[in-house]
Amino acid sequence: MGVIFKWLADGGQGARRRVLLGVGSFLLPLLAWCLVSYVPFIWHSKVLITDPGDVDYFQVDMRVDRSMFRDEVSNMEKTHQAPPVGTPANPIYLPAPGAVAHAFYKDFVHPSPYTDTPSLPASLWHSIKIIFWGFLISSLIGVPLGILSGTYPAFGRLSEPFIEFFRYLPAPAFGALAVAILGIFDGPKIAIIVIGTLFQQVLIIANTTRKLEATLVEAARTLGTKRLRLLTRVVVPGILPDLYRDQRILLGWAWTYLIVAELIGTSSGITWFITQQARYQHFADVYAAIITIGIVGFGTDWVLARIARRLFPWDRGLIHA
Amino acid sequence: MNRELNLPSYLDQSAVVRARFQRIRERELILEVRKLGKRYAGAQGAVEALRDISFSIHRREFVCVIGPSGCGKSTLVRILAGLERPSAGEVLLDGKAVAGPGPDRGMVFQGYSLFPWLTVKKNVMFGPEMNGYGKSEAERDALMWLDLVGLSRFANAYPHELSGGMRQRVAIARALINQPRILLMDEPFGALDAQTRAKMQMHLLEVWKNVDVTVVFITHDLDEAIYLADRILVLKAHPGEVQELIEVPVPRPRQPAQSLSAEFLATKARLEELIHPAPPPEAEEERAIKPHMIRFTNVADNVE
Repeated sequence: MGVIFKWLADGGQGARRRVLLGVGSFLLPLLAWCLVSYVPFIWHSKVLITDPGDVDYFQVDMRVDRSMFRDEVSNMEKTHQAPPVGTPANPIYLPAPGAVAHAFYKDFVHPSPYTDTPSLPASLWHSIKIIFWGFLISSLIGVPLGILSGTYPAFGRLSEPFIEFFRYLPAPAFGALAVAILGIFDGPKIAIIVIGTLFQQVLIIANTTRKLEATLVEAARTLGTKRLRLLTRVVVPGILPDLYRDQRILLGWAWTYLIVAELIGTSSGITWFITQQARYQHFADVYAAIITIGIVGFGTDWVLARIARRLFPWDRGLIHA
Repeated sequence: MNRELNLPSYLDQSAVVRARFQRIRERELILEVRKLGKRYAGAQGAVEALRDISFSIHRREFVCVIGPSGCGKSTLVRILAGLERPSAGEVLLDGKAVAGPGPDRGMVFQGYSLFPWLTVKKNVMFGPEMNGYGKSEAERDALMWLDLVGLSRFANAYPHELSGGMRQRVAIARALINQPRILLMDEPFGALDAQTRAKMQMHLLEVWKNVDVTVVFITHDLDEAIYLADRILVLKAHPGEVQELIEVPVPRPRQPAQSLSAEFLATKARLEELIHPAPPPEAEEERAIKPHMIRFTNVADNVE
């Protein structure tokens, strides 16, 4: 124990340690899930009936409470009838990791061919398209607006109070309106993501722009830079690494609006997949879909972080120059 | 310290030095500052940063501006650069009023202010590109100026890869490539360690000797001012006003060894007198700090 604490307290320096700790942060929750799923005496609050015996309302594959199962076993024994037989099990909403892994494999390798049960890859692709368009439209408006608000105080004072007010209006509240205006298909979904992202985006990017060192702009002015060139040659390149980081965080937010957005109008995308599977009580597939969202989001961010290292070679260990 | 050492007056100039100042005075005026004043609207009413500042500088003169903190020396140099507008008075460069920043006045900041996203070479190329030169011409010039400050080898490095002294060399090259009439330097070596600082001072004098440029150099370091300057503009604080414009009697070329010469010490004594007069009354919060010293060590365990 002491060794572990010393190892953790050392701050986990060194590349190998960092990787080990990173892997550990995923393995620990997985380990907890495995323990709860596979070790019967930890939870397993239900009993999965394998043979109902003479209990008239028990059926094979039925999950009943452990206490009810015990009562029925003693009832049957008292009346000399066949007692029910079952194995301890978790509630249906907590499938085991193995079942989820299997569902994951099945959903991606042999997706459902029927149209009423949506396939996971197709649903996911639909969702990614919604995110892409929503985030693109939001960025096309929000990034320039944010940079202008941050650069020119008058512009900021004119735009920011209203945006500050608007960002408190919850995006899903515009659902009905969006459907009325944009129909029931992808239009309102994209609109909800835009509404959810845009206003935060303007404020965050305006703030980032304001944090640019004032002397950089001043230095450029003493070198003969004027007006629009100050914006394009100093402000924008100066904030670019931070702007990129902001965009990464905002993209994460766009994903959180996705589920609500997809419930608006006709359900679609990964949300439709999840709700359909939950309706059939295919909870392993529900988990597989939720985990897929995590993997896609986390993976995108990881790739974007990698790209940033290439794009901004000066933005490393830099305090100011 | 001057009393015991029996120094000459800082006003005594050797024949050589006097002749040199005569030659400087014969050169045309490059910068005229007339009745300059600056007021800010501060939190506790208006603050007067500068009042009635007037002086003029001749071409290729090296002038240091010195003064206690709060004397508005940074404000002064920012007004000269055109980054701030004066509340009163005017600044004339070659007889024309300064109305905003421009490439005719180069500026070097204490915090370097290099563009971190540009390589050293591109930083230096920035000025010419902004002033309408072609890329190849800008690049050729940039390499020449980098050579002059001794950084050709680092042309493709990013600013964050350089030491403080090297960054300031880049900043100097970046300002000089525009061939400004006047180079404004706002405590440029303030963040450097003593050794780098001495090296940079020597280097700056070399550059100044070889380039047609007039230097206005802000500092709070008395030795630095005497070592570099032809004349030293001494400001006083609250509000910033001109106390004296001292002609430095130390002959050129300057060497670090001169800091022990009589002229140098006399000038320094005079600056000390102007900048650190009788200790001013302590501020309220300063007086509130009364250390109560307790002996934590053995009585016999003395360090002094």
